[in-house]
Amino acid sequence: MSRRFTPKIVTANRLREGDVVYLTADDLWSPLHHEAELIEDEAHAQMRLLHAAAQKLLVVGPYLADARSGPNGPEPTHFREEFRTRGPSNYHHGKQADLAS
Amino acid sequence: MYSYSDFDEAFVRARVAQFSQQVERRLDGSLTEDEFRPLRLMNGLYLQLHAYMLRVAIPYGTVSPRQMRQLAYIADTWDKGYGHFTTRQNIQFNWPKLPDVPAILGALADVEMHAIQTSGNCVRNVTADHFAGAAADEIADPRPYAELLRQWSTDHPEFQFLPRKFKIAITGSPNDRAVTRAHDIGLRMVRNAAGEPGFEVIVGGGLGRTPMIGVTVRDFLPEADLLPYVEAVLSVYNTLGRRDNKYKARIKITVHETGKDAITEMIEARFAELRPLFGGNDQKLLAEIRDAFAPPAFRNAPVDAYDAFYKADPTFRSWADTNLTAHRNAQYAIVTISLKAHGQTPGDASSDQMRLMADLAERFGHGDLRISHEQNVILPHVHKSDLPTLHAALTKAGLATANVGLLSDIIACPGMDYCALATARSIPVAQELATHFEALKLEHEIGPLKIKISGCINACGHHHVGHIGILGLDRAGVENYQITLGGDGTEDAVIGEKTGPGFAYTEIVPAIERILRAYLDLRVEPSETFLQAFKRVGMEPFKLALYEAEGEKDAA
Repeated sequence: MSRRFTPKIVTANRLREGDVVYLTADDLWSPLHHEAELIEDEAHAQMRLLHAAAQKLLVVGPYLADARSGPNGPEPTHFREEFRTRGPSNYHHGKQADLAS
Repeated sequence: MYSYSDFDEAFVRARVAQFSQQVERRLDGSLTEDEFRPLRLMNGLYLQLHAYMLRVAIPYGTVSPRQMRQLAYIADTWDKGYGHFTTRQNIQFNWPKLPDVPAILGALADVEMHAIQTSGNCVRNVTADHFAGAAADEIADPRPYAELLRQWSTDHPEFQFLPRKFKIAITGSPNDRAVTRAHDIGLRMVRNAAGEPGFEVIVGGGLGRTPMIGVTVRDFLPEADLLPYVEAVLSVYNTLGRRDNKYKARIKITVHETGKDAITEMIEARFAELRPLFGGNDQKLLAEIRDAFAPPAFRNAPVDAYDAFYKADPTFRSWADTNLTAHRNAQYAIVTISLKAHGQTPGDASSDQMRLMADLAERFGHGDLRISHEQNVILPHVHKSDLPTLHAALTKAGLATANVGLLSDIIACPGMDYCALATARSIPVAQELATHFEALKLEHEIGPLKIKISGCINACGHHHVGHIGILGLDRAGVENYQITLGGDGTEDAVIGEKTGPGFAYTEIVPAIERILRAYLDLRVEPSETFLQAFKRVGMEPFKLALYEAEGEKDAA
């Protein structure tokens, strides 16, 4: 009996800027975690990761991160991924600043 | 200070040109990330959690005002207006964009700086006592030797693919401010029975997941033998070091697995082969380098103004008591500028602060600046009569925090606010500790104390050698902080002892407070420091204070 698959999103950093991005269902890279495609099936997750890894001129280091569904879309489950959605805690830099402006 | 030779200049420029083309090829798709990654790491460029990070070498922590201004310019032009000084005396920029990195490296080359060998399995930036050339207790300035080692190790063909990274630290004083016992090679200057200067050679120290204090393989190495001997150590390590397992690849494991006697014998045998091959050119070069580190022309002037100001102004007195160190010239002082203002990020300086420190170094400090591994900036040569004016200028820029050597003078790695390897945050823990004890007004009461925080077991924050060490871990998806006590990074180096179960993020500051209140209760007199008290009473009273009160409710 295999364990139940934990839902995933595909995330990476942009090649040029280094910014954290998420793969959407329509094959775009969004800076917003809640716009990511929430992947519920393991085989599909592997296909999406391969798709991401092929985009060598756009992103670096794509990987699957655990996520859960929330009212506005996928939410991170681990604190590391939560930090990646907003930026560092010592300065108002990174996404928390970029997305507010 | 040392100026680049034509050879250095050409080498650094060639590397910038090479890397510029590599970046171009990455951006146009001719290089894959797998191909590009080792190339960017060779040039100090990491991809971190939120952005790229560029680590710039500051050899032996010595930087000129002109270089400091250029770092400020880089921060303003291509980053977010600040830089982070690290525990290896380097500076890191946290937000560069890949297409801009060649221009940044070009700007660094303009002031004889680079990011070469700040990453990868090679000999890294050689670190040195930040009080070099100024300390009252010094036998000789260690920086000429550090510069010799830098030149020798830069692009050394035999040592570009070592089993793992390799860190050398050097101190010219018997009192070790460079943590030499926790380095792959530590060089500590001593005198032999005849009064000649030489080095105690310590090999196989290191922190990280397997913390070890280095072993002394030579009690006294004549200074003329330095280069062949260091080469012999590297050579033995390069042969024996384990490339099969990243976690067993550092020389500390090699020393441990081979045994002190056996490895000493092998080093000596290799040294006997290498020594005759060094025909004396290294010594000629060393003599030339030494000229570049000649002491400044010290001023001879009265210091009465300083004495009067010291008596009259309590704020100045408090700063002078904590942030000044004895200079070998009695009219002078070594000034430590604290980059640890309460609530700020340890080791960060804004571009304005960098420019001000450069100006002050020119006006009052014979044009010399140092970065300490404790993440502060040093003006090594300031005439005492200039100290009141200097202090006033620092105060205006938020750089006059009087806390060097005290609780809030915390070493903290970037942790999970920036680092891709981190398992927990360290910066906010440092910020909260500093502001919490500032509010309690306990810092001066507690006295000398070194708190060091790492956000993962790689121990960039040196937590193992903190009097109080804090290690941030990921325990079942939650940040958890393990405490060690009794660590010491000096010539009497000791690895701290774990207290027991760790504490949640919201519990770590109260836990440290319990430890320190226990210390205040049990110390025999105010002059007994935390470390002395710990050595006297051991772990038990602190364990009791830590765990009894809280019934282990937060223990993980």
